[in-house]
Formats: sequence, C-alpha cells, structure tokens
Amino acid sequence: MIGIEHYVIVSSVLFVLGVLGIFLNRKNVIIILMAIELILLAVNINLVAFSSFLHDLTGQIFAMFVLTVAAGEAAVGLAILVIYFRDRGTIAVDDVNQMKG
Amino acid sequence: MDWSQSLRLVAPEELLSVAGLVLLLGSAWAKTARDARAITWLAVATLAVAAAIVAPWAFGGVRGAETLAFYGLFTADAFASYAKLLIYAAAGASLLIAPAFFERVRGYRPEYPVLVLFATAGMGIMVSATNLLTLYIGLELNSLAAYVLAAFLKDDDRSAEAGLKYFVLGALASGILLFGISLTYGFTGTTSFAGISAALQSGVSTGALFGVTFVLAGLAFKISAVPFHMWTPDVYEGAPTPVTTFFASAPKVAALALTMRVALEAFGSQVSAWQQIVIFAALASIVVGALGAIGQQNIKRLLAYSSINNVGFLLIGLAAATPAGAAGMLVYLAIYVAMTIGGFVAVLMLKDENGNQVEQIADIAGLSSHRKVLAACLAMVMFSLAGIPPLFGFWGKFVVFQAAVEAGLLPLAVIGIAASVIGAFYYLKVVKVMYFDEPAMKAVRHSDWIHQALLAASALFISPAGYLLTKCLGGLAAAAAAALFHAA
Repeated sequence: MIGIEHYVIVSSVLFVLGVLGIFLNRKNVIIILMAIELILLAVNINLVAFSSFLHDLTGQIFAMFVLTVAAGEAAVGLAILVIYFRDRGTIAVDDVNQMKG
Repeated sequence: MDWSQSLRLVAPEELLSVAGLVLLLGSAWAKTARDARAITWLAVATLAVAAAIVAPWAFGGVRGAETLAFYGLFTADAFASYAKLLIYAAAGASLLIAPAFFERVRGYRPEYPVLVLFATAGMGIMVSATNLLTLYIGLELNSLAAYVLAAFLKDDDRSAEAGLKYFVLGALASGILLFGISLTYGFTGTTSFAGISAALQSGVSTGALFGVTFVLAGLAFKISAVPFHMWTPDVYEGAPTPVTTFFASAPKVAALALTMRVALEAFGSQVSAWQQIVIFAALASIVVGALGAIGQQNIKRLLAYSSINNVGFLLIGLAAATPAGAAGMLVYLAIYVAMTIGGFVAVLMLKDENGNQVEQIADIAGLSSHRKVLAACLAMVMFSLAGIPPLFGFWGKFVVFQAAVEAGLLPLAVIGIAASVIGAFYYLKVVKVMYFDEPAMKAVRHSDWIHQALLAASALFISPAGYLLTKCLGGLAAAAAAALFHAA
C-alpha cells in the first residue's frame, strides 16, 4: 500500500535533486532552469498528494497556480538568458562572474 | 461578505493592475523620450491615487472581519495599509528618479513604469495576504517584474548579469518557500493563516516544523537576511541605480511585512518554533552586513551590505514577537525607506566632469570641496544609517532595541548594539573620504531638480526635525501592529 509518506519522500528527493542541480552544476544556465522546474514539480507532487490524502481541494488548486506561475517564470528566465547571451556570447555558469566580492 | 465589499477592499490593487495594463498598451505607441516621461508621470499619479485610497485605512486603524475580502484570502487592515503607504512612496520615488538616469544612457523606455506598477500591485497583494495562496501569487507577481527590472539595461552586461543572478536565486527562493508551503499545508490541513494558527495551537509536528523552517528560509531570501543574502551585493551593484533604489526600498518593506504577518499570524501560536531562527538570522545579518561592507570599493555594494545590516536590526523587532516589537519594526521601516532613497538618490547625483555616473568610493574623495550640499546630505544619510543620534536613524534602532529588551532578549540587544559600532566604521569611512581626502575629480554641478528635491525631502526626514513625527509615526505603527495581533 502506498501511503502519504512515500509521496513525501519522492517529492523531497526531487526537491533536493533540484537544489543540488542549481549549486553543483558548473556547466550551463539552461540546466539551472531545468533544476528550478524540478523543484516546482516536486512541490506539486506534495500538494496533490496532500490534497488527496486530506480530501481537501485546496492543494490541487494551489498546484494549478504553481503550474501557471512556473510557465511565466520559465518565460522570464529564458528572456533574461537571451539578452545575457547577446551581451556575453556565453551561458556557461563559470562565466557569470563580472561582479563578486 | 459580498463581492462589492471585496472589490472595494482590493481597490488599490485593481487600480494598479488596470493602470499597468492601460499604460502597457500606451507604451506600445510611445516613440519619444517625452512619451516615456508622460507615462512615468501617469504611473506616479496612479500610485498617488492608490495611496489616497489606503491612507484612511492606515490612519483609521481598521482591523478585524470587515477588512477581509474574498472569503478571507485577502485583508486590507491597518497593517497592510501602513506597509502599502511605504511601498507606494518608495515606488513613486524610484519612478521619479528614473528618466534623468536612463536618458543619459539612452535606455529609457516606457516599460519601466509599467513594470514598477505591476511589481507594486504584487507587493500590495503580498502585504495583504492572509492565505498562503495569495502570498505566493503576490510574491511571484512582484518577483517576475523585478527580475526584468534588474536586467532593464539590456545592452549593459552587468545589468544582464544582475538580472540572471537575481532570477536564478529568486526562483530558488520561491521553490524553497513553496516546498515549505506544501509541507505546512499537508501537516495543518489548511492554507489560511488563521487556520494554520489554530491547527498549530496544540503543538508542532516534525513535518510542520520543516514547513515553518522552509517558509522562513524562502522569505529570508526575499528580505536578503543572512545566510540567504549572497545575491544582494551583486544584484544591487549590477542593476541600474534607480532599479537598485527600488529593490532596496519597496520590495524590502513588502517582504518584511509579509514575514511579520506569516511569523506572527500564521505561526503566531508557536513562537518558540521560529524565534531561534529569527534571532540567528538577525545576529548573522548584523555581523555579516557590518564586516562585509568594510572592504567594499563600490558605493552601491556598500549600500547593499548596509541594507543586509539593517534587515538584521529589523529582525530583532520580529524576534521580540510582541506588539511593541512589531510597531518598532514598522517605525524603523519608514525611516529605513527614507534613508535608502536618500542614499541612492545621492549616489545618482554623483557624476564626473563628463556627466557619467560615479560609483567607486575613491572617486568621491574630496566631494565636500565642490559639492557642499550633496556631501552634507550623503554624510547625513551615512550617519543616520549608522544610528548616530541626533539623526532619525537612531530612533528606529532605539525603538527596536527597546522592544527586544522589554521582551527579555537583553543579550540579543547588547550584541546588536556592539555590532552597530562595528558597522559605524564603514559609514564613517565614506564621510572621511568625502571630507578629508584630496579631491579626486571635478564633479559637475548640475543635477536633475527631481533628484535634488527628493534628496532634500529624505534628508529633512532623517534630520533631527524627523523627531517631530515620532508621535504620528509611532501612533500609526502601533495601530498597524494592533491590527496584526488582533487577527492572530
């Protein structure tokens, strides 16, 4: 029998993978965008699983909002990435270092 | 509760969103710099009208059930209205200073006021949120507009890099916040703040504790509290100065007010579950803000560390978890907004002989010899940020520390005061460079009149004359804090 704890474990693993994907990735900013999507989808698994477990619709409605905002966020992120690439000609994470200290 | 009542309570947000959409449409036809300026003035007028709508609610101290809209998803109480007044003032100031700056780099486009209006609508929703869903929507509406604003000078690679960094770390923060929200929802069974507070009354389960921690970590990113502050100096340095002014003032007020409402209203029945986190974040922010600023050469970076430092002092008021602490924070926030706007407007007015912006501290050496008034104003902002009496910045720190001592957090207050002495070092260094070093360059005398007027207004506010306002400001803040605790 699959209980709520299985869903929470899966979503926690996905969440941690997403966070590590942002911090350990040294290659490419696109991978960071994918990691962000992974985090948001982990949250959605949580919300829908809890919603079903609690017999309460709020979680599923919340998941809809998260999906919508995630689409907007990806659009804004890619747009910023495009102007960044136009200026610098690279999207390697290690090159994002004009400012530091 | 009926729909007309709800729609009346969200009137400021409706006004800002509709005005934003209309001006966005108008900006498609805006060809010249004059059109962009006209759209800016229309946006400022919209903010003024929105402020006129919320002002009676802030001054009337409204609270309780009659301020709830849309079945308890949104509240327009005195607390939210007070925060909105500060947000509209800060957003209006960042609009007014923009045209003169961007026209020099030929980067002024009418989308700037439109994005600021959308961000402001989002911040209004943030401070009025009484449900995790409203909180998330408001936060994202603000953040998505802010990412674009950071990258507004799209031909400038520092601006683009600031936008990219802000986007990645902001999205990560939203993800952490959302994960916390999902856990809180799962372990309390509701997303409404009142419901969460009631569910936590009997105790906090481990899952709910994780939820509280993740939510606070996500919010700490947005207020740039240590250990989630690392994006702040880069974004503040890279973003165009008017945008930095906006980031350092309005969203900071909104995110802090939101943190207050979440901590005191939703998690208010379990203060001990989050108090230690807030105390740690407060002390770490004060220390890191003070030490990090010491080696900085860029004045915008220095002000970024200064804002991290100030957030630490503000969080001391939250750690007290009392109405006095919340009222102290609100007073501090008002003074902080004035100091921030004054500081960044002074930075905007620093130009070399060709009229280009100057950002390095070494370049403002000897500023007092040729720009006496500007140097005096900047020195006053620095002294005020350091909290040196008789300037008004001292009062903000004083009320917050007083609340902490009354709440029995004496060690926290003592460490905070000791660290503010360390912080005074780098503020005084700027003053020393301006007044006692050999002049580095001949600055141009001409400044835009709006910059001069705004600098004069904020300098007057943080001058000792500001103490005339303590009664009025304190009364407003106390009414707002009472509304916050009334709901809790």
